[in-house]
Amino acid sequence: MFMHRILIIATLFLSTQLATAQESLFGVPATQADIDKSFWSIFPDGEFLPDGEGNVAEGRELFEYQCNLCHNFPGENDPVKNQIGKLFGVDDKRGKSNFEQTIGSYWPYPTIVFDYIRRAMPLVAPMSLTNSEYYSLTAYLLHENGIIAEDDVMNKNTLPKVEMPNKDGFINAYPEVPEKYLAKP
Amino acid sequence: MSKNKNSLIIDTTDHATKGGLLNRRLFLSSAIATTAALATTRAAYGQEIVGEGQEDWVLYPGSDAVEYSNRSRFEVNSVKRLLPNDSQEFLDLRLTKIVARTPLDHLMGTITPNGLHFERSHQGIPDIDPDQHSLVIHGMVKNPLKFDINALENYPTVSRNHYMECSGNSNVLWQETPTNQSLQEIHGLLSGSEWTGVLLSTLLDECGISPDAKWIIAEGADNGMMTRSIPIDKALDDTMIAIRQNGERIRPSQGYPMRLFNPGFEGNTSVKWLRSIYVSDRPVMSIQETAKYTDMMPDDMALQFTLEQDVKSIITRPSSAMSLKKKGIYEITGVAWSGKGKIARVEVSVDGGNTWADTALEGPIHAKMLTRFRIPWMWDGSPAVLQSRAIDEFGRFQPTRKQLIDARGRNGVYHFHAVHSWGVATNGEIKNVYA
Repeated sequence: MFMHRILIIATLFLSTQLATAQESLFGVPATQADIDKSFWSIFPDGEFLPDGEGNVAEGRELFEYQCNLCHNFPGENDPVKNQIGKLFGVDDKRGKSNFEQTIGSYWPYPTIVFDYIRRAMPLVAPMSLTNSEYYSLTAYLLHENGIIAEDDVMNKNTLPKVEMPNKDGFINAYPEVPEKYLAKP
Repeated sequence: MSKNKNSLIIDTTDHATKGGLLNRRLFLSSAIATTAALATTRAAYGQEIVGEGQEDWVLYPGSDAVEYSNRSRFEVNSVKRLLPNDSQEFLDLRLTKIVARTPLDHLMGTITPNGLHFERSHQGIPDIDPDQHSLVIHGMVKNPLKFDINALENYPTVSRNHYMECSGNSNVLWQETPTNQSLQEIHGLLSGSEWTGVLLSTLLDECGISPDAKWIIAEGADNGMMTRSIPIDKALDDTMIAIRQNGERIRPSQGYPMRLFNPGFEGNTSVKWLRSIYVSDRPVMSIQETAKYTDMMPDDMALQFTLEQDVKSIITRPSSAMSLKKKGIYEITGVAWSGKGKIARVEVSVDGGNTWADTALEGPIHAKMLTRFRIPWMWDGSPAVLQSRAIDEFGRFQPTRKQLIDARGRNGVYHFHAVHSWGVATNGEIKNVYA
């Protein structure tokens, strides 16, 4: 009887092993910790935005210490910093040859601001701030681009609702470039 | 021979072991030195050794075999070029040099040596320990799975010849006035390799993707974590997780230890240092597929997800890096490629596109790979404009620059694929022109 029970357990164990083996030849199950460590994407509807909250005033202060080394403040005009990336002060010049693609004039979704600066900025130390600090920087950038008010706060609920001026400015070229943009012989 | 700088140098500090045994190479060179001295004596008697007049590399033993070979020390010009125009202040702020272009004028055939493959990163090249790196596939799947490099090496792999071209290659040609840049500076974000990897469809199949899956979101483990969305039909077709390039493990600048490789798609989508694939029902709209890698059209709309690359060809010889020294026969050669399939035909013109001649294509012709074309040309010394134009197996043609700009305007930054022109002057100098 005892041996019988062991056999059943052994058989159950083996069949579990086989089931796992059939799922993947050489891969192993990914844990939630594996996923959390490697996946940082945020969707335009706000999916995967983290907790935390930020505001424009804190963002302005952070900008001075974390960003101004490479990026001009509004009104500043250092040419090297403009080459690195102009973040403010661009009028709508769409369609002109000197059109400058900035957050206010070009970026279609507000979530891109948070997603990008969190994964890539500040350049010397990406991911070195808190989520609330990244929300504050996002708020400041959106405010100085004339998109949100000085006292608007940004968090996972408010950020995705921000409407970007160029939200309808993109056309999908996959799988085919639309006919009107194809070169004619 | 007695002038040979190796012959009489005996470095007694070059020990092979402790205890005074010197490296055996020294014995060989002193033996040769003795021979050289004898030769001088013989010459005095009107006799010469048979090697008189031979170069040193004929007369002396060469260097040791090594663990990893380098090129000849004389091949100093066949190197990648970094951005030439950036100020030091800009580079200081940017921290890392992030672009290096392939010297196409120094290469023949279709395979780019690994050390000359173009490099493009966004925040530098990470130094990844493969034992601490894996790829996680998750999202709309039954079984989220994790694969390290050893796991990937165990799968059946495919090895395929494919080109890789940066979305921004040749983009200086959108400018109104022709640049004086060289072939390498204009077109050098282009390379070709044999890539070996595991088809992504194999791994997605093991994960059990949802029937509602429409895109995958790939993220890298580099500083800045490059992120792109790839349509699921591509991911299930020929996309691979590449782990080898021209036989050896891919290099750090190419995504070591593993990268996404989307044959025929704009280079940026082939996310290097890959560590996460999220299976999704929609694209993530990362900065690299919205604010960047999109092109403004004349009607103020921006083309997005211009993923599959157009048909394109360039002449690599003769080109800007050389000048024609005299009238006579030259071979015009270059490469053509299509993001959709095989190259069917390449034509060349030497009169700025008025008349065209078929070129010989060098096989085997691979889909989504560089194809080399050749045609001989007798230059009579008069001004000429050299152009090439390609057609792929689907009949897609390479437009003239005017045709492309008529359709897309000049405000785009990426995806320039029109016919390119080299102007040859009567003195034989060659430079980029618009024709």
